[in-house]
Amino acid sequence: MTALKRKFVKGNEAVAMAAIEAGVQCYFGYPITPQSDIPEYLSRELPKTGGTFIQVESEIGAINMVLGASACGVRAMTSSSGPGISLKQEGISYMAGSELPGVIVDIMRSGPGLGGIDASQADYHQATKGGGHGGYRIIVLAPNSGQEMYDLTMLAFDLSDQYRMPAMVLADSVLGQMKESIVPNPRPKVDLPAKDWAVRGTGGGQQNVVKSLYLGDGEMEKFHWKMHARYQELADKESRWETFATDDAELIVTAFGCTSRIARTAIEMARAEGIKVGLMRPITLFPFPKKAYADLSSRCKKWLTIELSTGQMVDDVRLAVARDAEVEFYGRPPGAGSLPTPEELFTQIKKFC
Amino acid sequence: MKQVFSKPVSLKDVQTHFCPGCHHGSIHRLVAEAMDSFGIADKTIGCASVGCSVFLYGYFNIDVVESPHGRAPAVATGVKRARPDRIVFTYQGDGDLAAIGTSEIIHAANRGEKITVIFVNNTTYGMTGGQMAPTTMPGQKTSTSPNGRDVANDGKPFKMAELLSNLDGVAYSARVALNSPRNVLQAKKIIKNAFQYQVEGKGFAFIEALAACPTNWGMNPLAANERVGSEMIPYFPLGVFKNNENL
Repeated sequence: MTALKRKFVKGNEAVAMAAIEAGVQCYFGYPITPQSDIPEYLSRELPKTGGTFIQVESEIGAINMVLGASACGVRAMTSSSGPGISLKQEGISYMAGSELPGVIVDIMRSGPGLGGIDASQADYHQATKGGGHGGYRIIVLAPNSGQEMYDLTMLAFDLSDQYRMPAMVLADSVLGQMKESIVPNPRPKVDLPAKDWAVRGTGGGQQNVVKSLYLGDGEMEKFHWKMHARYQELADKESRWETFATDDAELIVTAFGCTSRIARTAIEMARAEGIKVGLMRPITLFPFPKKAYADLSSRCKKWLTIELSTGQMVDDVRLAVARDAEVEFYGRPPGAGSLPTPEELFTQIKKFC
Repeated sequence: MKQVFSKPVSLKDVQTHFCPGCHHGSIHRLVAEAMDSFGIADKTIGCASVGCSVFLYGYFNIDVVESPHGRAPAVATGVKRARPDRIVFTYQGDGDLAAIGTSEIIHAANRGEKITVIFVNNTTYGMTGGQMAPTTMPGQKTSTSPNGRDVANDGKPFKMAELLSNLDGVAYSARVALNSPRNVLQAKKIIKNAFQYQVEGKGFAFIEALAACPTNWGMNPLAANERVGSEMIPYFPLGVFKNNENL
């Protein structure tokens, strides 16, 4: 077997490369900083594979094209950032209601409103609590490196097809714009269920309808309970996380995305001074790895959540560990110059130890 | 006994939810007859919209994707690009296509998507109870224009068939009505043309069908049918506005 060649690419390019490796057939998108490298790459490379690239008139149009292509059973995706992701929420809700797969990449920028293009984690709630109407969840994966931008994009396609729900790769402008060395791993072999629900235009036999309108007595309620059970199954089978130096930790720092990289450096600085501190990094934000948090909190009673916001994930951390531990919070709301340094986080760690 | 009349095979043998005198049923039938004539029901995917037209899948023997309000042309674009060998059409009302979905229809048309669009213009929002539509006539009373549409406040009705015919990506754009046997026969021919464009891969085809909505107009079916001829056709002229076979 020949060794895979390393590539030195932006995180956004890693996402686009992974989408092609995952067999994406249709990409529909609209330019917005800091994610425009994704449509730029795919406009160049996707047609070479026989796929379709359309630069759409709006993010609303784009997500609805994803809905249409996905209803046909092909792998389809879109990408955007804050303001554009807000526009896509209508379509994401319809996709959730229609049990359609599809991958949405959100390279978070600051907000609300136009905000700015700096790294942000303030769209955590929008992503993980169902950003549109009606009460639903989507799969949310949070990479923290160029390699994970690649690997988790491929995973997003597989999980989305497996569980018939939209999946989001939730990253930020640091991860999207930073160049790192990655290994473009081949697409993992996964047994996925046949898409026998897709519209085919083959008539004759069974009519396939992709819809989210449920008017019959009890139909809508039944749908909600079915999805509720699916979310539980996701939590049981697909929760992913990474820990570092937690075995003897007296304080566990928890952070996702680019913040977890800065936190890890701060933890290494603390360990060098003999401070017993570890890191818990959720990789799936939905499902949130509650059980892993609970297990850790039975041993470690002090937690520090760090986010690029005034605190969103900290709510989920508190729910997961509240019975056993107290949770402190340190946040830097997104904006120019608000990315914390390792020294800054080290100071916070010392404060809570 | 010899059977001389039957339902198109592309239609299910079921009762519809449409009100007495509503023209949706006639339009459904003409679309189904066009499908039958090309034998394409088994390769057609419909894109339903939001409004009275949402139950497309209940009446047609074809696979259907339900679209968010106004987004059917975007959904149809996704479907057609994913399955270019299928026949894809949208079926949309006036609020859906000419208000909330204006952006999607204009851009699908401008890209020259090889789809067929059936646009039902009954000058009101039918499903939600007769509110003012982008095609509501000047002076027409609706539940949200109780004193009649005031063009100084609301502008004039959209003429979508003419508007879209100006876009280079549009191969075929026409307006039909169902208010007389003559107009029904003409509509049948034109709707068939619109599907023929797609069967031959020629490009975007748009049909605007003027339709009666007796319930929301507060009229009996006969009076509503007469209004199509006396008020709507003079403002929304019938005809083929674009017929470009060279696309």
